Amino acid sequence: MSHYDAIVIGAGHNGLANAAYLAKAGLKVLVVEKNSYIGGAAVSRELQAGWKYSSCSYVCSMMRQAIHRDLDLSRHGLLLVPYLGTVNFGDGDERLFAYQDEEAAHLELKRHSPHDADAMHRFQTDLTRYSQLIRKTLMRTPPDPTSFKPRDIMELLFLAKQFWGLGEKQIYEYVRFFTMSAAEYLDDYFENDMIKAAMASPGIIGTALGVYSPGSSYILLHHVMGDVDGSIGAWGLARGGMGAISDAIASALQEHGGEIRTDAGVHRVLVEGRRATGVVLENGDEIQSRIVVSNLDAKRTFTKIVDKADLPDGIYEKAANFKIRGSSGKVNIALSGMPKFTGVPDNPYLNRGGQGFNGSLETMEKAYDCWKRGRWSDDPFIESVIPSAWDPTVAPAGQHWMSNFIQYCPPTLADGPWTAEKRDQFGQTVIDKIERYSPGFKDLIVHMEVRTPHEIENEIGLTEGNIFQGELTIDQLFFNRPFPGYGQYRMPLKNLYMSGSSTHPGGGVSAVCGANAAREILRDLRRPNTVPEDDFYDE
Amino acid sequence: MVTTDRFAGERLKLSPFYPRQEELNIREAWSSWNGYKFAEYYYDVEYEYFCVRNLCGTYDICPMQKYEIKGPDAEAMLNRMVTRDVGKIGMHRVAYCMWCTDEGRMIDDGTVFRLGPDRFMLTCGSPSIAWLEKSSFGFDDVVVTDITDDMAALSLQGPTSYAVLKKLGLDGIETAKPFDIRVFPYHGSQLMVSRTGFTGDLGYELWVEHDLGLTMWDELYKAGADYGIQPYGEAATNMARLEAAFIMPDMEFNEALKTVHFQHDQTPFELSLGWLVDFRKPHFSGRAALLEEKRRGPTYTLTKLDIEGNRPAEGAHIYSNKRCNREIGYVTSAMWSPVAKANIALAMIRTEHLDGPLWAEIYYEKELRHHSRVVPCEKQSKPFWAPARARATPPPEY
Repeated sequence: MSHYDAIVIGAGHNGLANAAYLAKAGLKVLVVEKNSYIGGAAVSRELQAGWKYSSCSYVCSMMRQAIHRDLDLSRHGLLLVPYLGTVNFGDGDERLFAYQDEEAAHLELKRHSPHDADAMHRFQTDLTRYSQLIRKTLMRTPPDPTSFKPRDIMELLFLAKQFWGLGEKQIYEYVRFFTMSAAEYLDDYFENDMIKAAMASPGIIGTALGVYSPGSSYILLHHVMGDVDGSIGAWGLARGGMGAISDAIASALQEHGGEIRTDAGVHRVLVEGRRATGVVLENGDEIQSRIVVSNLDAKRTFTKIVDKADLPDGIYEKAANFKIRGSSGKVNIALSGMPKFTGVPDNPYLNRGGQGFNGSLETMEKAYDCWKRGRWSDDPFIESVIPSAWDPTVAPAGQHWMSNFIQYCPPTLADGPWTAEKRDQFGQTVIDKIERYSPGFKDLIVHMEVRTPHEIENEIGLTEGNIFQGELTIDQLFFNRPFPGYGQYRMPLKNLYMSGSSTHPGGGVSAVCGANAAREILRDLRRPNTVPEDDFYDE
Repeated sequence: MVTTDRFAGERLKLSPFYPRQEELNIREAWSSWNGYKFAEYYYDVEYEYFCVRNLCGTYDICPMQKYEIKGPDAEAMLNRMVTRDVGKIGMHRVAYCMWCTDEGRMIDDGTVFRLGPDRFMLTCGSPSIAWLEKSSFGFDDVVVTDITDDMAALSLQGPTSYAVLKKLGLDGIETAKPFDIRVFPYHGSQLMVSRTGFTGDLGYELWVEHDLGLTMWDELYKAGADYGIQPYGEAATNMARLEAAFIMPDMEFNEALKTVHFQHDQTPFELSLGWLVDFRKPHFSGRAALLEEKRRGPTYTLTKLDIEGNRPAEGAHIYSNKRCNREIGYVTSAMWSPVAKANIALAMIRTEHLDGPLWAEIYYEKELRHHSRVVPCEKQSKPFWAPARARATPPPEY
């Protein structure tokens, strides 16, 4: 029977990052993955010859430079490329172009509302201020506010100092911001509904909330606090698809001597006297390990692979009630050519970036209403990107692949479970909507992969297909993520840790959760830290 | 109209590619190079930089100086001028060279193309005809001609550059190794392609007669449409060349013939380019002084630095201690490298301090407030960016 210092369950990008840092510290590390491929939701898959789909996550902004640099991911083949130019589509013929140039962008906003064009400066300034504060907490373990350990007290003081640095007025505003809905928050700045809809869309992505639901303004912030090379709010594509991120981290892990075993789903975490001691694989193999790290979401970890009887009282219930509702779908489409959209000029800097089929706040809210009733909307919010316009490696030259993220898509339907037929109907709804804005679009389709929460859960293992491994609402953030009292990556069983997005700072391809967890593990093992303490936030 | 232009003598010349550049320079971001109107950038510096690293881009090298050196004495003349052994440059090969004063101080660098047994082309950044003629003194049978304005030349750089040339129909380009030259028949004339560039990435330079310039541009852009082709300007070039740790005039070196102050110019050894000096060949300009410098060791050494944090160390001084009371050098070029995810710089550092600690004092501004910070630097032995595709033959398609 083999014996490791650490076993990481799940080869998602955070699990790999966690393992890479443990291996870098000299530990004997094994990552076990149920699928035959690695990457979890940061994955590139060739489902149609010549096309590489980033079949789950599709753009990247949270990936921390400090980790990228520290694990030398460029040398391991990772190149992140920012993309520019987004077109926002209104319900009718209106279009809002997000130009790269600040002054051109201002004039474009002015075309819709002179008031909003000016207000955008104030909005961006406030959001940047909020982002800067929260960015400082990303690569730090949240303090336990009930603890009297010097470390927790120091960390609380650090936070207090950051807050105090905002100035009195902004402290009030910040607290207010965290509890508001995206739509209400935007009302403070804008009057034009189409502009509001475009700005609100990051507030609902991946979340079972509507634009009018309290808490959605934080989700908005979560989507704009990343950066590409220090340009806050910018989004990038990984050359070769999102799998390139996982592959690069895996390569770094292997260089440090770590091992990865695929087709190795975990049946049970082995526990002896409230202490994790290894895992039993689905094929019956037992692997002993001093440390066990679950990169699965909190619900799956504590309701599926840890025996309820092994857990302290109340943990199973906390996990069962962990808010991780599925709300998103994904349609990946191989296209024989570049689609043309009505009302969009033939400007390659503008029309190859992203397409936001936002419509209006009302359209978005109506789509949310459908989700609540266990249906999908006939007029869903779709966020699209055409990565092949930027990345020569993901589609044959002159042909394209389009990533379409759909909000909302229910985890189960009111009239029964998902079937292949219903899944295809959902996909049809999505391409019907795109066709409305791009006549002839359907004729370009070479291949299509439709993913509802059902497929995402079954393939990737994310409960209900929730892309964040648990909703990013304030009750489940920071020191309350995943559960109150367990916000520092240590779980209720000794030697059991969590490294996925169910932990601070939450969802997104950042590699931060895994890196932070590694730092805590090394601390417990009294090993020198190998994880960067901070990003280069000098803002 | 032009003849009555009161300011005619002050206006910039236009590249043969100007009609296309004018349309594509959306930001009107023009500067100049050797009297030509020249794009600082076309659309967005970072975008153009990423085209070079991710897709492909074109860079106008028409303003670069080009000289034909012809005649039975051409090789001997060049061999006396440059520090490398020109005799070792094979037919249809290119070599990166530099040339120095008798004191061993660097005048300029450039590329020497061997186009025939006694025919060469030399390219360089600054006009050098006077020095070339001076260097021809004593050679009876060599003719130096400035052919800069007779040619149109375009650099095509980036991972898809090879695929674009294949699409253009250049059969045989797959066998071209780095520094190889290939010549193709082209509209009754010829298209010369060299696998050279200034980005450290996979790339080529394309050379045609002046009047075929626009035709070549249009055909190249048609072939490159599905490969992300985009013109890039001086700003993106400067980023790419710094990642490749290539030196730039007026940044890393001050041309010797334009240097007022004693030894404010540089030697090849100071620029860490000693490998370009071949002492096995007989006399060449600066040989004795360079031999002495090699024996003694250079005063300064151009050093690649990885600097803590993300603030570019532009114009920073280098110290041997954190208290910054012993200055040992200065940064010549610095940037945040998006591909290396590192804060990189080239710096001239006094050689005797190279093995000790290195600290950079960096100044920066944040909303009109000025700040400074002192951060440690780490020496790097390899270029910050050197992808395998730049050396592979045949190169990958992207």
